[in-house]
Amino acid sequence: MLAQQLVNAISLGGVYALFALGFTLIFGVLNVVNLAHGAIFMLGAYTALQAVVLFKFPLVLALGAAIVVTGVAGWLLDRLIFAPLRARQAPHLAPMIATIGLAISLNSTIQGIFGAENLRFPVHGLAAEGLQFGGVQITWLEIQIILLALVLMAVLLWWLKHTRMGCALRALAESRKAAALLGIDVEGLFRMTSVIAALLGGVAGVLIALYTNAVFPQMGQPMLHKGIAVVILGGMGDIRGALLGGFFLGCAEVFSVAYVGSTMRDAVAFGLLFAILLLRPDGLFGKAAPRRA
Amino acid sequence: MQRTRVLIGALVAFGYLSTPSLAQIKIGVAEALTGNAAQYGVPIRKGFELALNEINGRGGINGQKIELIVEDEQGKKEEAINVFKKLIFQDKVLMLFGPTLSNSAQASDPVAQGAKVVVFGTSNTADGITSIGNYVFRNSVTEADILPVTLKVAVQKTGLKKVAVLYGNDDIFTKSGYDNFKKALETLKIPVTTTESFAKGDVDFKPQLTKIKSSNADAIVMSALVAEGAPAMVQARQLGIALPFIGGNGMNSPKVFDLAKDNSDNLWVGSPWSSENPAVENKRFIAAYQKAQNALPDQFAAQAYDAMYVVAQALKQVKITGKLQADRTALRNALPAVQITGATGPFKFRQVSDKDGKPAGYDAVQTAIVMMTKGNQYVIQK
Repeated sequence: MLAQQLVNAISLGGVYALFALGFTLIFGVLNVVNLAHGAIFMLGAYTALQAVVLFKFPLVLALGAAIVVTGVAGWLLDRLIFAPLRARQAPHLAPMIATIGLAISLNSTIQGIFGAENLRFPVHGLAAEGLQFGGVQITWLEIQIILLALVLMAVLLWWLKHTRMGCALRALAESRKAAALLGIDVEGLFRMTSVIAALLGGVAGVLIALYTNAVFPQMGQPMLHKGIAVVILGGMGDIRGALLGGFFLGCAEVFSVAYVGSTMRDAVAFGLLFAILLLRPDGLFGKAAPRRA
Repeated sequence: MQRTRVLIGALVAFGYLSTPSLAQIKIGVAEALTGNAAQYGVPIRKGFELALNEINGRGGINGQKIELIVEDEQGKKEEAINVFKKLIFQDKVLMLFGPTLSNSAQASDPVAQGAKVVVFGTSNTADGITSIGNYVFRNSVTEADILPVTLKVAVQKTGLKKVAVLYGNDDIFTKSGYDNFKKALETLKIPVTTTESFAKGDVDFKPQLTKIKSSNADAIVMSALVAEGAPAMVQARQLGIALPFIGGNGMNSPKVFDLAKDNSDNLWVGSPWSSENPAVENKRFIAAYQKAQNALPDQFAAQAYDAMYVVAQALKQVKITGKLQADRTALRNALPAVQITGATGPFKFRQVSDKDGKPAGYDAVQTAIVMMTKGNQYVIQK
């Protein structure tokens, strides 16, 4: 049972990490707590579902459609909400409240169109088939989620460290004014970050919907709560932290079910999180004066 | 003569005259026709109307036709109270059907009881509704009655010795289903290997299922709605758990075949009605409903359809005098003795008691039909 629970924990951790990557990126660069990330995650899942059901797309193309739609959503999010608020130098809370509004509108729109009930991808095999060794079961999809979370993190880290654009992004995260003085296209970078974060959310939405077999308008809400916890635990805006935080929360939840009791699942997980933050108030990777992104 | 009749008809239509002079039997229907509960309220209304057309088509009750006055209670407590008052005091109905949800019934049924008007629920399954008073009736079979039967049949057929329990602990319906399962398991002396819970909106059940797997149970008793129950079944099969699932009414929905596609087999549920039940009355009902609605009926339509026949049976014994209160009481006194066989099978009433142990309203006595899923359909288990 221990081995299987460990596999469960790592899969669940991969799910949380995948969701948290985009969330932490947008915080690291734009310094915005994007509470619409859960809704964009949901939008990705519904886009891919419609692509498969209506247009009979194969899954890979459906994933592409989700990336395009959530990418556009990310662009619009910055163009219509973040940019005007930046231009007006709105206080910190303004974009956060605005994203709550956006999340509610998106959820209600999707609920109005597709109804409140659960839907499911009519794709089989991928989520069901898997490996079995010594009584431990893992599906290919779970392996893909874990690998994808690792690969995306590695790519993001490499990109931030070794490309000019990544360099610019880090400069921007450090100081917006300094970056602008250095001739960096600040607005363009902001917009691009919003797009990348959103499409990461979209990809997470598709994979997690396949993993959980459940597509519904509110699917992003619980994920958002967990995502915030993961990102705070890992250190706000830190990409390695998102991954580590995800795996930590996954383990905490699974092992609290295994050894304490399922009614205590969230209590134990969030209690541990609280304890860690008492010891390291800036999160696992946070530094006293945080260098973000 | 002809002209007077047209005139009266016109006056009635425009509300200038009250109807009793036409010697019709007025029955109020208060169901959720809009809002979330409309998915139950709308088929309920269709079930009533189908039965009504059949009864009136055969000449009505002792020469009098039944007229339905339908109101939308929107699935809300406050609205149910308003609609009840309107039907009882303004429309002066002989009796009432409704409301759709148990939650609303708790609030509105005392209004009918106070006015000494029969209120007849066709979809209220929560405990305690009929203990409100002796004018409260229902033909909806409660989970407390169905779950023990489901368990018993599953035990007989599969020979299971011990079970694991999985339930949603933050929803009134799934929690009370769990309580009823627990009671039934104690009565049947079936040991529980482990009890696991989840919360509404959860999507990951693998930790609980892994624990259940290692507890060596013979079956999983699950009190869940389809939204969580179906993914839990899929994840169980992914973990290599081939055990039967035994569910409550929340899992009794064709949506299971969609949401747990390819993994929906071996789920046991009990229901007062099944589309697969080959009884003559049921086949006739399904055919008539399909002809009228061009759609397949569900359990809610079937229970409403039967309820109308239960009332028709009672009305045959009542001499309508035109004195409203006397007629209302006469109907109440005639109802408990009714026995019919309808789309949901043989039916009769059983009196329950209120909190102080005094006799109160009437619940249904009806055998649950136990079904098991196989190849994307429910198969009746005898």
